[in-house]
Amino acid sequence: MIVYLVRRLGQSLIAVAAMAILVFVGVYAIGNPVDILINPEATQAEIAATTHRLGLDRPLLEQFGIFVWNALHGDLGRSFVYGRPAMEIILERLPATMELALVALILSVGIGVPLGVLAGLKPNSVGGRSIMAGSILGFSLPNFWQGMLLILVFAVLLGWLPAGGRGETVDLLGVRVSFLTLDGLKHLILPALNLALFKMSLVIRLARANTREVALQDYVKFARAKGLSTRRVVLVHILKNIMIPVVTIIGLELGSMVAFAIVTETVFAWPGMGKLLIDSINLLDRPLIVAYLMLTVLIIVGINLAVDVLYSALDPRVRLSEVKA
Amino acid sequence: MSGETIVGALEPKADIAEPAKPARVDSPLKRLAQDFFADRLAVFGLCLFVVIALIAILAPWITPQNPYDLAQLDIMDGGLPPGETSFATGGTYWLGTDQQGRDMLSAIAYGLRISLVVALVSLACAIVVGVAAGVAAAYFGGRTDSLIMRVVDLQLSFPAILIALILLALLGRGVDKVILALVIVQWAYYARTVRSSAIVERRKDYIDAARCLALSHRRIMFRHLLPNCVPPLIVVATVQIAQAIALEATLSFLGVGVPITEPSLGLLISNGYDYLLSGRYWVSLFPGVALVVTIIAINLVGDRLRDIFNPRLQS
Amino acid sequence: MTLLQVRDLATHFFTRDGVAKAVDGVSFSLDRGEILGLVGESGSGKSVTGFSLIGLVDPPGKVVSGQILFDGADLVAAGEATLRRLRGKRIAMIFQDPMMTLNPVLRVDTQMIETVLAHAPMSRQAARERCRAALAAVGISSPDERLESYPHQFSGGMRQRVAIAIALLHEPDLIIADEPTTALDVTIQAQILSEVQALCARSGTALIWITHDLAVVSGLADRLAVMYAGRIIETGDTAEVIARPLHPYTRGLIDSVPQGKRHGAPLAQIPGMTPSLLRLPEGCKFRPRCPRADAACLVEPALAELLPGRRARCVHPYLEAAEEALAASC
Repeated sequence: MIVYLVRRLGQSLIAVAAMAILVFVGVYAIGNPVDILINPEATQAEIAATTHRLGLDRPLLEQFGIFVWNALHGDLGRSFVYGRPAMEIILERLPATMELALVALILSVGIGVPLGVLAGLKPNSVGGRSIMAGSILGFSLPNFWQGMLLILVFAVLLGWLPAGGRGETVDLLGVRVSFLTLDGLKHLILPALNLALFKMSLVIRLARANTREVALQDYVKFARAKGLSTRRVVLVHILKNIMIPVVTIIGLELGSMVAFAIVTETVFAWPGMGKLLIDSINLLDRPLIVAYLMLTVLIIVGINLAVDVLYSALDPRVRLSEVKA
Repeated sequence: MSGETIVGALEPKADIAEPAKPARVDSPLKRLAQDFFADRLAVFGLCLFVVIALIAILAPWITPQNPYDLAQLDIMDGGLPPGETSFATGGTYWLGTDQQGRDMLSAIAYGLRISLVVALVSLACAIVVGVAAGVAAAYFGGRTDSLIMRVVDLQLSFPAILIALILLALLGRGVDKVILALVIVQWAYYARTVRSSAIVERRKDYIDAARCLALSHRRIMFRHLLPNCVPPLIVVATVQIAQAIALEATLSFLGVGVPITEPSLGLLISNGYDYLLSGRYWVSLFPGVALVVTIIAINLVGDRLRDIFNPRLQS
Repeated sequence: MTLLQVRDLATHFFTRDGVAKAVDGVSFSLDRGEILGLVGESGSGKSVTGFSLIGLVDPPGKVVSGQILFDGADLVAAGEATLRRLRGKRIAMIFQDPMMTLNPVLRVDTQMIETVLAHAPMSRQAARERCRAALAAVGISSPDERLESYPHQFSGGMRQRVAIAIALLHEPDLIIADEPTTALDVTIQAQILSEVQALCARSGTALIWITHDLAVVSGLADRLAVMYAGRIIETGDTAEVIARPLHPYTRGLIDSVPQGKRHGAPLAQIPGMTPSLLRLPEGCKFRPRCPRADAACLVEPALAELLPGRRARCVHPYLEAAEEALAASC
């Protein structure tokens, strides 16, 4: 298990390093880094000072060393727009995005798994077919368009829910969250649902396919032959088996949820770091872009690592084989 | 051998197994077409896509207006709801107009052109790059293989939209840049698909035979290995083309995709988005419907192709 | 004392290519404590018969007609709730492949305790105690430790013992064993066989042992029922059926079991293959493969009592041989 963890950790570090190189090459090597990293409105003296501070007058390899060194210390430059360290600004926006992503994750599993299992148990029924058709739509329609429809229906036509913003927030362990106030919750529902829809479709497909497969297994028939109630057979014997692939996929998808939050946050004007990224791209605030990218890469790689570990904890067979290996 | 009649326990499923049907002699292509046209929904999807493609191709000749010729726009016609009559020409705006008096129907037809061109060109380039990489990885194996596949794995471990955003944030807007970003995002899927089927094929005897004939690497790879990798490639391609259209639309919606001078469906939706809350839903909604219908049409075709090519589903 | 009486049971599978009559007109009965060997090739309908008894035929299969009288109550007419209360409690089942019958992601104790609690309300601790005892009874050492394990930590033979222990938890009136030793090593097979026999004898449990292996069942069963193409074609006392088969198919089965005394001699085979259930031959279903078939066989014979206690479904049974043997034994 230790060997496996170390190896897996190594892979993650390689991924982070590779992305760091990519971002570095993109920002420093292509084009003039002075343009990218220094405020276009800066004076000549400021430019000279910052050029020196960032080491842009040194050889490329050394610059990379400085970039990595600074990055390791959380220093990814100052935002032109806000005039503050980019990392600080990104971290301020992180809780909003994580809240959105986590609520979306809960929704996609909480709704997707039951629907998928239902569709898998009765694949040819009207209900099963409708669930499947719905998931195909959720899967193939662009996320931002689904978000727009949600706004059109629930905010514009029905007027039940607000169309954007985060609403009232409260402090929870030093982090501002929306879900604890009624107003915040109202603001949270649509964006979270929007972000969840795509993954929900994925979960439905996965849960359905796995349920169909597991339902045919001898151990399910044996469980019924033992006289267990249908409820117990489905909720324990089938569910526990399909949760393994579902957790794996959904875990891996949590990373992409953070990335897809960019779209949802833009549609719903949700003040998270994805919205910040788009604003920064439009304002050419490059240090913020770099900071966002590095942090997101770190989050995604971290999540992938965590999922792998969780996966081996969930499936006793994997656990054993890894111990042997 | 004699024990065979009573030994050989099978699942109860064997009870309903049916004896092999006589082999059909039709060519593979004909059988494919037959299988495909047996599914009404898929045929519907195909027809729909052909119509959409025709609208896109013929847009300059069939639309009532060139939406990007400013001389043809009349600000008096701005913001008209669907079905209104033009003050300038007396024609009907079936899908309404935007702020500048642009006929949405025409704008959608032109937008389709750009969306489809971006998707198809990036698809073609990504297939070329991906197939070359995948076949090379499978054929040469060893270090080439592990190098290529490491890159593929690394890339696929990040969401496509994130990678596309990184690239466009660095490159800036532009049709060519969006295409480049889509190629970079998509090639890895093809590389992985081709490699896995090529590796299966490579182990077969006929490749050894071709090697014994001292055929060139290139000839073996592209004339012998590649044709066998086509079916999975087609399946991935139909999925990916829908994804490419959606991704382009998303990028353009976010404002990092195509430039304002060449608006795709995504950009049209984005432009109209500001008016959505003020009730002028048509500026944003109808381009969205066009986008969604296109994607659904492609997916209907893709789903059927996947069923046909997936041997596990054929019973 | 009759425990189970099956009358004209028919289970059909409604597939896209037609109706497969997996079980068609099967009748037999079973006394308390009796062991019945249900023998047949793959696809003869023996497993489907077993699953029909406890109402666990998977769709597109369905019991279409007949009666299953278990202790006087008809299980075909019974609702799912009634069947559920019977399953695992009064009728237990052991499956063929022990690698597949235990849920891989649940611990053995979970899978055993839930069986106890499904039928007998008691504390978890008491249920656990009962499971421990059941494991010990089937010869599993250190049952406490074993209860905490996952199925993949067991060998095939051990898993089958666990499955048997689960079947025995409620001391059922009937156990249906669907080829439970087929997937096991020969040595393990023998152990399991003798243990099951002993356990059933002790608790007075009746047993339906479904198998394709005559050699296995001949030492175990009191009576045999031979199935072919969804029908029982011969029944009778085990020793008598083995010694003097009436039906040509039974005889073919027996002849194709290798025997020491015929060393070097070529083994007999039954020519041809089991017919597809979608396209069964007319008349006697064994006709196309039968050495004694003639025009008379175009009308399907009924399962008739040809000798005292011996029934067979054949136009041309091996009665001469049976009479000769009978005479010789006198």
